[in-house]
Amino acid sequence: MKLTKLLAGAALALGLASTAMAADKTKVGFIYVGPINDGGWSQHHHESAKKMAEHFGDKVELVYQESVPEGADAERAITQMALQGADIIFTTSFGYMDATLNVAKKFPKVKFEHATGYKTAPNMSAYSARFYEGRAVTGFIAGKMTKSNKIGYIGSFPIPEVIRGINSTYIHAKKANPDVKISVIWLNTWFDPAKEADATQALLDQGVDVVLAHTDSTAPLAVLEKNGGYGFGQAADMIEFAPKPRLSSIIDNWAPYYIQEVQAVIDGTWASHNAWDGISTGMVGIGEITDAVPAEVKAEALAMKEAIAKGEYHPFTGPLNKQDGSPWLADGEVADDGTLAGLNFYVEGVDGDIPQ
Amino acid sequence: MDLSGINPVLLIASLMVAATPLLLAAIGELVVEKAGVLNLGVEGMMITGAISGFAVAVETGSPWLGFLAAAAGGALLSALFALLTQVALANHVASGLALTLFGLGLSALIGQSYGGQKPPAMAKIDLGPLTDLPVVGPILFGHDPILYLGIAIVAAVWALLKFTRLGLILRAVGENHEAAHALGYKVVRIRVLAILFGGACAGLGGAYISLIRVPQWTDGMTAGVGWIALALVVFASWKPWRVLAGAYLFGGVTVLQLNLQAAGIAIPVEYLSMSPYVITVIVLVILSRDKSSAPGSLGRIFHASS
Repeated sequence: MKLTKLLAGAALALGLASTAMAADKTKVGFIYVGPINDGGWSQHHHESAKKMAEHFGDKVELVYQESVPEGADAERAITQMALQGADIIFTTSFGYMDATLNVAKKFPKVKFEHATGYKTAPNMSAYSARFYEGRAVTGFIAGKMTKSNKIGYIGSFPIPEVIRGINSTYIHAKKANPDVKISVIWLNTWFDPAKEADATQALLDQGVDVVLAHTDSTAPLAVLEKNGGYGFGQAADMIEFAPKPRLSSIIDNWAPYYIQEVQAVIDGTWASHNAWDGISTGMVGIGEITDAVPAEVKAEALAMKEAIAKGEYHPFTGPLNKQDGSPWLADGEVADDGTLAGLNFYVEGVDGDIPQ
Repeated sequence: MDLSGINPVLLIASLMVAATPLLLAAIGELVVEKAGVLNLGVEGMMITGAISGFAVAVETGSPWLGFLAAAAGGALLSALFALLTQVALANHVASGLALTLFGLGLSALIGQSYGGQKPPAMAKIDLGPLTDLPVVGPILFGHDPILYLGIAIVAAVWALLKFTRLGLILRAVGENHEAAHALGYKVVRIRVLAILFGGACAGLGGAYISLIRVPQWTDGMTAGVGWIALALVVFASWKPWRVLAGAYLFGGVTVLQLNLQAAGIAIPVEYLSMSPYVITVIVLVILSRDKSSAPGSLGRIFHASS
């Protein structure tokens, strides 16, 4: 095992030597799905990228392109970045997966890292965060804080990452409050503040009083602030909406991972892998829980976070049934990563269909 | 499958809010096209209005000044279009597309330091006992002033085009600019004024998104409303009240599909998401089966000597 790794590393180092000689600086590219000031997902990737660039100083040159649509145009943007001489390219949205894979085949010497996907290649890694661990904590708080027993979830695309988030939220909201109901709205977009605002309003109109969002802008929190109800920061801390409506947040902290991967490219030790980290490594952070949350709820939520971080508790622990009532996990059984990576069903108690 | 969660009164009240940006942009474009000019830059003018309004509202603390600045910003950008098409005689389509791209870039540049900021709130009009009336209260008397302004502009445009001499001249310029010119009307001047009006309306529509509907600033936040406004003008056969109906229909189906999803209706989400576009197009196509058609000189370049 070690020997193969060593050999692979050596081979990569040889491959890299040529590029390293061409340019002293390591060129690191980033592709973002939204604008870098969206206040959420893309902004946080960009801030992590800047932290990475600061860490390396003169050794690294950072290039990026924002608001790249998922689909054919993504392939063009990634190709262009590879042609510009990028040594490693991070593509930071699920929908870039196939585009990244296609470009990776054409540029075997360039390293590619795709966020939140599952396909890999010899020169393409996948990396993602176990957001569902954070969703467990925010879902628990949501269940405790709702007075109408109705919580809402604004979904982007029906991909496993989002479905895990919905399930984890519901499971833990129900732990906190057995009467809780969850309403899900799919928007089929990562970033459309007006739609996100309308969806939040639609949920409020139906009596929902805690809204969790899996889209990239701060629009849901802005609407909640104006019209009442609670929400959570998503991807970024969104502390500007504290103490109300933002009760807490799930923070993606990519900087350590970016530093680690770029260092590997500089050292010539980069190897393809599929990284999936959570609260324990700090890739998923829980933002400060505000005073709007009662102290005992806060303590319980933090205890859950600790247990997850230590590996004592897994958010998907049985007994759990699928939506149709058929058994999924037996008592005490923990979901394996393979099932979670491709999760395409709701757990029992969530209404509605997942768009296929 | 629980429809009882959907409150029709709240639904109508939110659809009016959702439709207002579209309504403002479309009624402005209607006047522009009635004057024979095709300005495809609506999206660019909207987003410019959204950021100018947002920036001024944040700096001054007054949403009213914000909306004023939004109208000015939209009009200023449309002045560029007027310069290109009316003075330099550039192609309408190309200039309009360029205007959209320019507006998107310009707004992102201006907006760099405004991400994450909160604009001052605009108070809803409080009509006391009227607002508290059941059903009609929330629908008719519980909104912000700009929403009423939008409806007022539609009524004003309708009256102007139908009953006034100015409206007749505007339509004459749009139907046949050479004849209007021969009669001694200042074709270019009238068109420039129409373009500025369209820009101001689009700017207001954009600011409605950034100051009231969302309210915050993010790049590209108009997300294509300007293009829908353009289509709406065509499908509404260049008739002001049909623009209003179309905008409310579009806003209504948009809000309804979100409510249906939240209520857990077993209709595939893809159909629900496309429904606002499909239903609006179908209804307006059926409505526009009569003889009404585009202004005769729409999109044609006018030069006095030609």
